[in-house]
Amino acid sequence: MAMSLSLDAQAAPTTSTASTDTETLEISNQTGFRAFRAGGFHFKRDEYFAHLSWPGGTHIIPIDVFLRAMMRDVAWGFFYGVVNFDAVFGTINHYGEVTMFAGRFNDAYRSAGRDYSERFQSAALMATFKELLSDWTVAGYDPFAAPMETGVPWGVKQGANDAAITRQRVTAHRMVGLLGDTPLRTDTAGFPVNRQFADVPQDQPVVEAEPGFEHEVSAYNLFGYLSRSDVTWNPSVCSVVGDSLFCPTSEEFILPVEHGNDRCEWFLQLSDEITWDVKDKETGKPRARVLARAGDICCMPADIRHQGYSTKRSMLLVWENGAAKIPQMIAEGTAPVTPVQF
Amino acid sequence: MSDVITRFGSLDDYEKGGVEIINDDPRNYVFSNVFEVAKTNAPYARVAVGINFEYVIEAARAEGTSPWYTCAHDEFVLCMDGDVEVHLVKLARPDDHVDPEHEGAVQLADAMPEGRKMGRLVLGRGHQGLLPVGAAYRFHAEKPAVILVQTILGDVTVQKWAEICQTTA
Repeated sequence: MAMSLSLDAQAAPTTSTASTDTETLEISNQTGFRAFRAGGFHFKRDEYFAHLSWPGGTHIIPIDVFLRAMMRDVAWGFFYGVVNFDAVFGTINHYGEVTMFAGRFNDAYRSAGRDYSERFQSAALMATFKELLSDWTVAGYDPFAAPMETGVPWGVKQGANDAAITRQRVTAHRMVGLLGDTPLRTDTAGFPVNRQFADVPQDQPVVEAEPGFEHEVSAYNLFGYLSRSDVTWNPSVCSVVGDSLFCPTSEEFILPVEHGNDRCEWFLQLSDEITWDVKDKETGKPRARVLARAGDICCMPADIRHQGYSTKRSMLLVWENGAAKIPQMIAEGTAPVTPVQF
Repeated sequence: MSDVITRFGSLDDYEKGGVEIINDDPRNYVFSNVFEVAKTNAPYARVAVGINFEYVIEAARAEGTSPWYTCAHDEFVLCMDGDVEVHLVKLARPDDHVDPEHEGAVQLADAMPEGRKMGRLVLGRGHQGLLPVGAAYRFHAEKPAVILVQTILGDVTVQKWAEICQTTA
């Protein structure tokens, strides 16, 4: 099972010297939101913005952008590699420890020596991120949802929406629908067909199992399953061959982060289309633009960052390799940048 | 009736995108289209369209009846177009056909491998089925269809990246 695909951040090694210095700060009399501190980083929000500061710098991110990115960083357990909230702020997953940075992957900050980073034990930073996300997400706003399917994040503190931000990430152990594995999505289970997939057939395959083989002769409608996803840009494991993880997802609007790869990552476009902006992982300079239509398959190299755009809600199969050997190869610089040479 | 149109591809109707290069080599993106690969290769040629260390995604055109295959680990098949039957047999002596440590599918010589009939799947577009370890399986399609197999690089995997992938800007 892919370690970073679990909902919770991995535990740091017992010998870890990474920081656990985090703090929940006071409630603002003006806005009602709490402030937070992790090491030298401070976080405050007001009606429209997240205000970040660190020794030697400050930064502002629109609160909708910040919350959508924070939602993915939390749900993905810091994911694979780098999660860029925007061109300045983000996290790097070291799988047990995590670096929080400002300007680390921004050419101007780096060239001027103005970038700043601190390394934390993942569990400590994750706890702070979860608390921040809970406090800063107001009632009626769902940072997992497409913008046209949710309320707005603006304004002073008004309630919360913990039900939306604590959804359990689907991680099938073998395949969706098998006995004891993650179940199918149905109306009665609270997963109606999404408005943008109203035309997707909901028929199920013919399954004729001889007595004794009911649990091995199995199939389900993956496209129907995806049409019932209530979140966007949130890959879920649906079938597993060793460390090969099929992680399909439904996508609408913008991937809320620029994902900086630390390994090769494959995208198979199952329906409709997504445009991907691809930039250099270190500098952010543009390298390519990929237009993926239904049936197209491509790889994101391990030295880029990417962000996708999907006007019509689309189905994307994200294919990951969760092998435990890969983080060590990344640390040693031996992980391949591209999956195949030809 | 919904006025939403979800666009899936098919053998007869796919519109390929592509890589627009700014400062890179298009080969780095290993960009291809599974319908094009299925259309331009022989039936049941299991052509790798994705590779990640030892793992692969194979694309094939299902047309008529395939040979029997088996594998020492689970595989999964996803139907991308058309209708495909999957026949499953629990092998009486699976180790006689494939070493338990062997990776990827192997093709069986037998017209009908010895074992108990497990059952049958009929997959339409978007349906995913389990090809369980220890089973022999074969596909059958009355009309051309497209399947993808989630598996490990093996004896039956065809690699022809330079032929299927975008190589120029």
